[in-house]
Amino acid sequence: MRGRAVRLPPLNALIGGVLIGTLLVVAGVGALWTPYDPLRLSFRSKLAAPSAAFWLGTDEFGRDVLSRLMAGAAASVWIAVLTVTLAVVVGTVVGLFSGYMRGWVDRVVMAFNDALLAFPGILLALGLLAVVGANKYGIILALGLAYTPSVARIVRGTVLSLREREFIAASRVMGNSEAFTMVRHILPNCVAPLTVLATSMFGYVLLAESALSFLGLGVPPPAPTWGNMLAGSRPYIGQAMWLGIFPGLCISLTLLGINLLGDAVRDKLDPRMRGTR
Amino acid sequence: MLRFALTRIVMAVPTLLIVAVSVFVLIRLIPGDPASLMLGDLATPASLADLRTRLGLDQSLPVQFAIWFGNLLRGDFGVSINSQEPILPLIVSRFWISAQIVLVAVLLASLAAVPAGVVAAWKQDASLDIGLVALATLLLSIPTFWLGLLLLLFFGLKLGWLPVVGYVSIGDDPWRGVLYLVMPVTTLFLHEIGVLLRMARASTLEVLRLDYITHARAKGLSETAVLWRHAFRNAFGPTWTLIGLVLGNLLGGIAVVETVFTIPGLGRLLVDSIFARDYPVIQGCLLFVALTYVLVNLVIDLCYPIFDPRVTAQ
Amino acid sequence: MSPTAPLLEVRDLTLAIRATDRTVVAGVGFAVSPGEIVGIVGESGSGKTLAARAVMGFVPPAVERLAGSILFDGEEITTMAPKRLRAVRGARVGMVFQEPMTSLNPSMTIGRQLEEGLALHRGLDAAGRRGLILEMLRRVGLADPVGALDAFPHQFSGGMRQRIMLASVMLLRPALLLADEPTTALDAVVQRDVMELMVDLIKENGTAVLLISHDLGMVARYCGRIVVMCRGEVVEQGRSDEILARPQHPYTRKLLAAMPLRGPVRAFAEGSTPIVAVRDLVVDYPGRQRFFARSEPKRALHGISLDVKAGEVVAVVGGSGSGKTTLGQAIAGLVEPGGGEILFEGKPIARRESGYRAYRLNCQMVFQDPYSSLDPRMTIGQLVGEPLRLVKDLDAAARRERVAEVLAEVGLTDGFAERYPHELSGGQRQRVAIARAVVRRPSFVIADEPVSALDVTVRAQVLALFLELQKKHGFSCLFISHDLGVVEQIADRVVVMNEGRIVEQGPRDVIFDAPRHAYTRKLLSAVPGLESTRDGGVRLFWRLAQATSP
Repeated sequence: MRGRAVRLPPLNALIGGVLIGTLLVVAGVGALWTPYDPLRLSFRSKLAAPSAAFWLGTDEFGRDVLSRLMAGAAASVWIAVLTVTLAVVVGTVVGLFSGYMRGWVDRVVMAFNDALLAFPGILLALGLLAVVGANKYGIILALGLAYTPSVARIVRGTVLSLREREFIAASRVMGNSEAFTMVRHILPNCVAPLTVLATSMFGYVLLAESALSFLGLGVPPPAPTWGNMLAGSRPYIGQAMWLGIFPGLCISLTLLGINLLGDAVRDKLDPRMRGTR
Repeated sequence: MLRFALTRIVMAVPTLLIVAVSVFVLIRLIPGDPASLMLGDLATPASLADLRTRLGLDQSLPVQFAIWFGNLLRGDFGVSINSQEPILPLIVSRFWISAQIVLVAVLLASLAAVPAGVVAAWKQDASLDIGLVALATLLLSIPTFWLGLLLLLFFGLKLGWLPVVGYVSIGDDPWRGVLYLVMPVTTLFLHEIGVLLRMARASTLEVLRLDYITHARAKGLSETAVLWRHAFRNAFGPTWTLIGLVLGNLLGGIAVVETVFTIPGLGRLLVDSIFARDYPVIQGCLLFVALTYVLVNLVIDLCYPIFDPRVTAQ
Repeated sequence: MSPTAPLLEVRDLTLAIRATDRTVVAGVGFAVSPGEIVGIVGESGSGKTLAARAVMGFVPPAVERLAGSILFDGEEITTMAPKRLRAVRGARVGMVFQEPMTSLNPSMTIGRQLEEGLALHRGLDAAGRRGLILEMLRRVGLADPVGALDAFPHQFSGGMRQRIMLASVMLLRPALLLADEPTTALDAVVQRDVMELMVDLIKENGTAVLLISHDLGMVARYCGRIVVMCRGEVVEQGRSDEILARPQHPYTRKLLAAMPLRGPVRAFAEGSTPIVAVRDLVVDYPGRQRFFARSEPKRALHGISLDVKAGEVVAVVGGSGSGKTTLGQAIAGLVEPGGGEILFEGKPIARRESGYRAYRLNCQMVFQDPYSSLDPRMTIGQLVGEPLRLVKDLDAAARRERVAEVLAEVGLTDGFAERYPHELSGGQRQRVAIARAVVRRPSFVIADEPVSALDVTVRAQVLALFLELQKKHGFSCLFISHDLGVVEQIADRVVVMNEGRIVEQGPRDVIFDAPRHAYTRKLLSAVPGLESTRDGGVRLFWRLAQATSP
């Protein structure tokens, strides 16, 4: 028998971690400092190709693309964090309540929940946006509520499956009240699945926000987001392709990072799916 | 089997009802008088009063819903504020444009991704598997609107092989119609390959561990027979369900691809209506897509026993 | 091949996990002659399943063969070309699995699954295949063989599926059958039927069997020779009766010592108030929810009455579906009774009744699955201490002291209190579950199959611990089990249940030696009994031999 050397994290976790770590750093820096003012117009340097002065070039108004990407990262990450928080908090409350009450309350709540799930997520968001209006907070509200039903469904499923576990029966035999059992035993055991869910939702939300901004229904210009930068690049894509390349690359790398991290977490939670290594 | 089918069909009814209620309530949440919202700026006092009676606005909310719902059942989705056209024919004509893109893309993606996923699972952890999974994850991570933009940049602008923007109906001019569809279909195709390949691989891995696979091998069957006769059919169920979800999600999210390629589909109709505050059309689009989604998933559900006869039990 | 040459000969087989180089099968050698039944016995992790599967060339991709040879009918399996190997599989060597729920393809009809092997290895026409299949299905005892052809596996019970599995394999009349725990997942009564069917079938066809099992009693009953494996090595092999009577290796002795033997008779005062009394208890499970109504409720318990006296261990036995688990849950208050009454020290215990509070504090439960009965996010110390939360007049220091004391009682001292359940073995977890049950010093403990999920030797240790604590603290116990051996060892009184009713109850020796009810007799005749001999061995006998074979 031979011991194994220091165990490296699997490659997907490593790459995913680096990508997401970089995103968070860039977003953090972008919120405080950017090389140029992302909103300052400069018609002398409009549509400039990447150079030493403007690393990633400038857009049709002469704004620095790098600065706008950094500010956009800050905006996107912030929106995604708030949206996921909203969906997770509301969804958890609904799911816990439904799973705790069971019986007809559960059936009614879940019937509504499932009917909302019958709208594809982005469609529900579009419908809500039509009501609340297309702006930063509208997007958070619309996306947050659009993703709430899936959180509620997963939390309720977790609660119901935990209820079947013998340690919940053990808690009841001890004489603990239902409410105590819920808070002490069920809620803490929902944290792990919720973390996994929140991570992958962060990816969905970032993508959805970019898509809505791309459609012109997200954060309104001139404030930069990756989505509205891409939308703005479309008329100039032939003459200034860096305008279309870099924002798309940022979104793709972020999603890649999230997907890789998600895979790594799933492999860890369910090692069967990997080889017996 | 009949009982299973009937149960599923009957179970879809409350879902459809709640969907209708949600859409009704959603639009009523907008502050302001529904009649003036529905008529827009062109409203005259006479037409307002007329619409108020037609919508039953002087009566209670449930009655209003009943009137609205009754109209829906008769195919009356209302009239667009902007074009003054009846909404249902408008939606249906736009729907076919979107649907052909989505259907062709998902069909091609399934044909490519499912066998690839099964083979990847069979070769688990070999370089073929790692390569396929890496490719799928990469494709999955590229948003369709950027992928479309890249295709447009490369094949449309740099190489000039394909028309850049616009749409020609296949009925009017089959050859040009197909040319205009190539890039949007390719965009969705590449993205969905990623989604479906990963699912097909995961569910095949799940099945390959089971005893009946070893049993099949223990009978002396060849690996090909084990994989396709025994593993594939049992592993395909989850992927089949996913195909239904993908169809619906694409229909809901196709607006971005239609925007990239300037295609007058259902997604664009919805987004333009949101810009124009054309509430009757928004309402109609939401309802129509949600209904389609529920129906597609119902059909998918009804076919499920082909892959797993156990679901008809009980 | 000469008549004395073995059919299968495994020599010096050594397998290791590729990534870690951990040896999982080390220098294993044994032989099987034509028509012989050989048993491989070992606990989990002994390598018995890996060694057996290697015979068919089924070594998982993560495992590599470091050394050794496997000769089947004079041919080397380990280096055989895949095509030749496939000709041997099914046609010459068949395999039966443990889990009847997953060993048949759920999306293929029984007929097609059975036909597959015939079509592949025997060149028969469709009508000929059909005839053979129908004959075999009738032979294994299916009531409607023609209907079974177009049926799917999920339409059959576990026992029936295992018969179909046997049919599928024996249809090809293999020379060797590998049976990996073929009846472990089945009820005792069904278990014996399936085993006897298997023995009959292999005798008719002259097939040899390699039977892999954790159950020494079962193996000894059916096998001429036994191979005992422990941690990847063969520690002892020889004739079954010799190994049972005169075990040589310490591990074999330990395994034999772990087999349950009848315990002493204990006396209880007559006429005292029972600590727990159950009167006409009825439990209904609600029917399935339909759209607007429910289907008929299903009655799980039909008026159960029983008493548990102070200090007494009352065992409830029965097959799956007998209602024994529901009975335990109802008495523990986990299931709402639909009728009848439960009394604790003479007082009714229903919510808002006088006895409720006292009962809640005095009744505890030990569950079957040590992987599910402990909250994974709590430390062992927190888990064991949790029941004390509801005990008044116990300050934090006293609680800590009590937890330490109880952990010491169950033999978990060195820093176990700080660990989490996933860091513990199955046996250790069940010790924690027992500690949690006794920490409040209850007067009544319900134990639902508390040792069924454990390996044989661990089971013996945990059972011994449980009995020791029962004697020390004198709590009464309702012990629910399907395992007659364990019941015979620990019960003072036995309650036999079938289909939601008590069919017979009485003192243990009366139930085991002079059962009156037909179901009890059937149950007892399914499982061999044990007697210890001198030399540290045991003797195996069928209970009620005269009753089953008139």
